[in-house]
Amino acid sequence: MKVKELAQISDFGAITLPEGDRDIEGVYIGDLLSWVMGRARADDAWITIMSNVNVIAVASLSDVSCVIFAEGVMPEDSIVETATKKGINLISTSLSAYGTAVRLSEILK
Amino acid sequence: MSEALVFRFDVDGEDFTSAGQASVIVKRNLRQLGIDSEIIRRVSIAMYEGEINMVIHAGGGVAEVRVDEECIEIVLEDHGPGIKDIDKAMQEGYSTAPDEIRSLGFGAGMGLPNMKRHTDSLEIFSTVGVGTKIVMKVYNKVAS
Ligand SMILES: Nc1ncnc2c1ncn2[C@@H]1O[C@H](COP(=O)(O)OP(=O)(O)O)[C@@H](O)[C@H]1O
Ligand SMILES: [Mg+2]
Repeated sequence: MKVKELAQISDFGAITLPEGDRDIEGVYIGDLLSWVMGRARADDAWITIMSNVNVIAVASLSDVSCVIFAEGVMPEDSIVETATKKGINLISTSLSAYGTAVRLSEILK
Repeated sequence: MSEALVFRFDVDGEDFTSAGQASVIVKRNLRQLGIDSEIIRRVSIAMYEGEINMVIHAGGGVAEVRVDEECIEIVLEDHGPGIKDIDKAMQEGYSTAPDEIRSLGFGAGMGLPNMKRHTDSLEIFSTVGVGTKIVMKVYNKVAS
């Protein structure tokens, strides 16, 4: 499924989608950035509640297809701007990390 | 690519929010050189962890990346406090990072293990009170 298609589904919303055509191939959940760097695979959707600017660098370097901010977490405008410039897709949801994973497992089947 | 290409960066020890910039630039440069994307990913991750370490633990330093046909070499050098027990520092979960760094999502003690896991070789030269030099290599699997 493409990132921009996920953003259309109820429970999810686009924050910025500079590379909305990227495919989601898997899912990784985590807030400790080194774990994410070490364990997330390229093209995963990364679910986190961390929203500082380092998240954008980690997303870029680990090549995930999008960052999904769970629990209604919203990054600051300056971070959204950076993501847009760096080609990082950001999606929001008010679901918990677990709820997001459950939804994704239904959707990505 | 007959001669080695060298990219050099000063890593600012004061500015935690911009940490990672050198890695992002290296990633872009490697992409422009047409290097395999999995190799780029490994280099980027290893370099980013090293860059973050220089910012968190050593007050900044210098990063150099050399690219030739065979190999991508990352050299990180700082004049920070040095690492007393390298074996311990290499263990997953070992960290001396302060709490405010941890609240930003770093300091999980996975940086050096990640650097080892994503590279073909990792050498650490460190002297307490003098500084740390880390040399990492990732071999380009596409031979010419
Ligand atoms: N460049 C460095 N200078 C001084 N100490 C370092 C450096 N890099 C790593 N260390 C030490 O090694 C430990 C482990 O590093 P790492 O695995 O990256 O974990 P973390 O950065 O999360 O603490 C650090 O907590 C620190 O004590
Ligand atoms: Mg580290």
